[in-house]
Amino acid sequence: MGITRFLVRRILTGILVLWIVATGTFFLFFARPVSVVARQLAGRSATPQVISQVIRNLGLNDPVTTQYWRFLGKTARGDLGYSYYKQIPVKTILAQDLPITASVVVGAVLLWLIVGLSVGIISATRSRSLFDRVSTVGVLAGISMPVFVLGELLILFVFLPLNEHGFTWISTGYAGLSGGLIPWMGHMILPWITLATVQAAIYTRLSRGSLLDTMGEDYIRTARAKGLTERRVIYRHGVRAALTPVVSQLGVDIGGLLGGVVVVEIVFSLPGLGAESINAISTGDLPVIIGFVLIASVFVVVANIIVDLAYALLDPRVRIT
Amino acid sequence: MSVTELEFQAHAAESAPEQAIEGRSQWNLTWRRLLSDKMAIASIAVILVMVALAIAAPLFVSLTGHGPEQAFTNSGTTRSGAPVSPGTHGFFLGTDYIGRDLLVRTLYGARISLFVGILTTAIATVAGVAVGLVAGYFGGWVDTVLARFIDTALAFPLLVLALALAAVLGPSLAIVIAVISFFSWAGISRIVRGQTLSLKEKEYIEAARSLGAGPSRIMFIHILPNLLGPVLVLATLYIPTAVVFEATLSFLGLGIPPPTPSWGNILGEAQNYYSVAWWYVVFPAAALLVTTLAFNLLGDGIRDAMDPRTERIFAARRGRRKNKRKAATEPGALPPLTVSELGE
Repeated sequence: MGITRFLVRRILTGILVLWIVATGTFFLFFARPVSVVARQLAGRSATPQVISQVIRNLGLNDPVTTQYWRFLGKTARGDLGYSYYKQIPVKTILAQDLPITASVVVGAVLLWLIVGLSVGIISATRSRSLFDRVSTVGVLAGISMPVFVLGELLILFVFLPLNEHGFTWISTGYAGLSGGLIPWMGHMILPWITLATVQAAIYTRLSRGSLLDTMGEDYIRTARAKGLTERRVIYRHGVRAALTPVVSQLGVDIGGLLGGVVVVEIVFSLPGLGAESINAISTGDLPVIIGFVLIASVFVVVANIIVDLAYALLDPRVRIT
Repeated sequence: MSVTELEFQAHAAESAPEQAIEGRSQWNLTWRRLLSDKMAIASIAVILVMVALAIAAPLFVSLTGHGPEQAFTNSGTTRSGAPVSPGTHGFFLGTDYIGRDLLVRTLYGARISLFVGILTTAIATVAGVAVGLVAGYFGGWVDTVLARFIDTALAFPLLVLALALAAVLGPSLAIVIAVISFFSWAGISRIVRGQTLSLKEKEYIEAARSLGAGPSRIMFIHILPNLLGPVLVLATLYIPTAVVFEATLSFLGLGIPPPTPSWGNILGEAQNYYSVAWWYVVFPAAALLVTTLAFNLLGDGIRDAMDPRTERIFAARRGRRKNKRKAATEPGALPPLTVSELGE
């Protein structure tokens, strides 16, 4: 019943999911003829000597079960092998890219929740107003807009014209936080807007509908009858209950968010995890791809636990089991 | 009370069309409501035009003499090797980075997008309805297992799966279709399962069972027809999602492999030519946006037509219609009483 028991249970299921993902990854990448795997791991232009060395080093001729346990053991220790092209551990590469991806995700999620929820709440409380109508049209356009198209249009119609006129604060590429907060934000603002717009549209629609439903409930009438101010009725009684479906949607959207991050990194030339793994596809750098798949799954599992926890804290009717 | 009631009835009879008495089926009513929805009609028209253009794509090849994968290095690129702008040398929408006709490529892209969108939605709908029906109807451990499976598929990051498959097998149309179908069925399953759970407790199902109907008969003859409405709406809304997924995968180089044109891979190639060729981005992006917007509007329209109680996307229209009616009544004549006015 307690929160600790809930956490322990969720973490155990999370580990189970990760084990399934790791197993799936292993069989997808390694359960094929040794020569094929070795050639892929060694890179396209590898000589036969290099290939046989790769087979020896990685023990690809061992029985599959031996290889499987070794893979699991190494993965659990965080040893993801070496990138063939960069000659450095995959772990180091991923650690270098993580801050960039995290910058994109955190800013975009904040922006989309703030914009999505506030527009949704205002639309619902002023249903049928001009604001509501404009926002519903905007929502539809936002939902129909693929992330990469919005990104390309922003570069074409915002970034390029601004840059031509000497306004260079808004920029593509990445500038680390060590270079100062303002330049960092200048590099991040377009990726944030791009990633947040589509999601904000979905959350506006969701929170608007949910709040409209909630405001029709009996207990809202009771709250009004008690003589509470409308403001208090909306924010203390309405919004809190209306947020529950929004939070559960958040859990479903995390996978989609990850896809959006990859796209945004490619469009705005941000050297994050997503761009790294897409580049790894074109060079055939399998260890990097495996590393990305595993780290992405960890992210999804952890984020889902957090969402479940928030869900339970928001709505006292949800029992933690 | 009786006077106002009479007045109300008289007013209703007056404004009702003459053939109103004949019975209409649910679908007939839905269709009529859909036809009166201008936005839905416009989106149907846009979709039909898009489909016609996609089918007629080879016609444009013979008209312009430009194949979809044919590069015109002389007439199709400028002296410095950049794409030529729309209208130059018979390229109506300009060319791409190696001098291929952007119009022809965008039209061939429509073929891929619509094909993938409609096929994956069909696969996902059939699979989703089947799984949802079975899970909802049988309940128990079957439901537990299938529901867990649905949740896992919903939370699974589609792009990561596509990435892994593309890395091992190389990008292809088959992978795109498999990944999108795999991702889409779960959403439909969840809705169908929920509806089945509530429908199977209804009295008429019990009646059917007492008459000796087996599970498959109840599921497909008695429950499924009642689910067609929501499934149709969901399917219409899944098509644009699938179109966007295909475009995104192709954009990232995980989808349709070049030189076959797809809106996604055209936009992916355009990335290096923002400053020299705006048309390279704008036209394929516009085609993609118009298509997804039309399907989304149509989905909303069908939903509203099925269930007039739901909120309309364009709530404004209702208000406008009311105003029109008000304006139509003669000036000076008393407006007819309405129920809400009586209540006050």
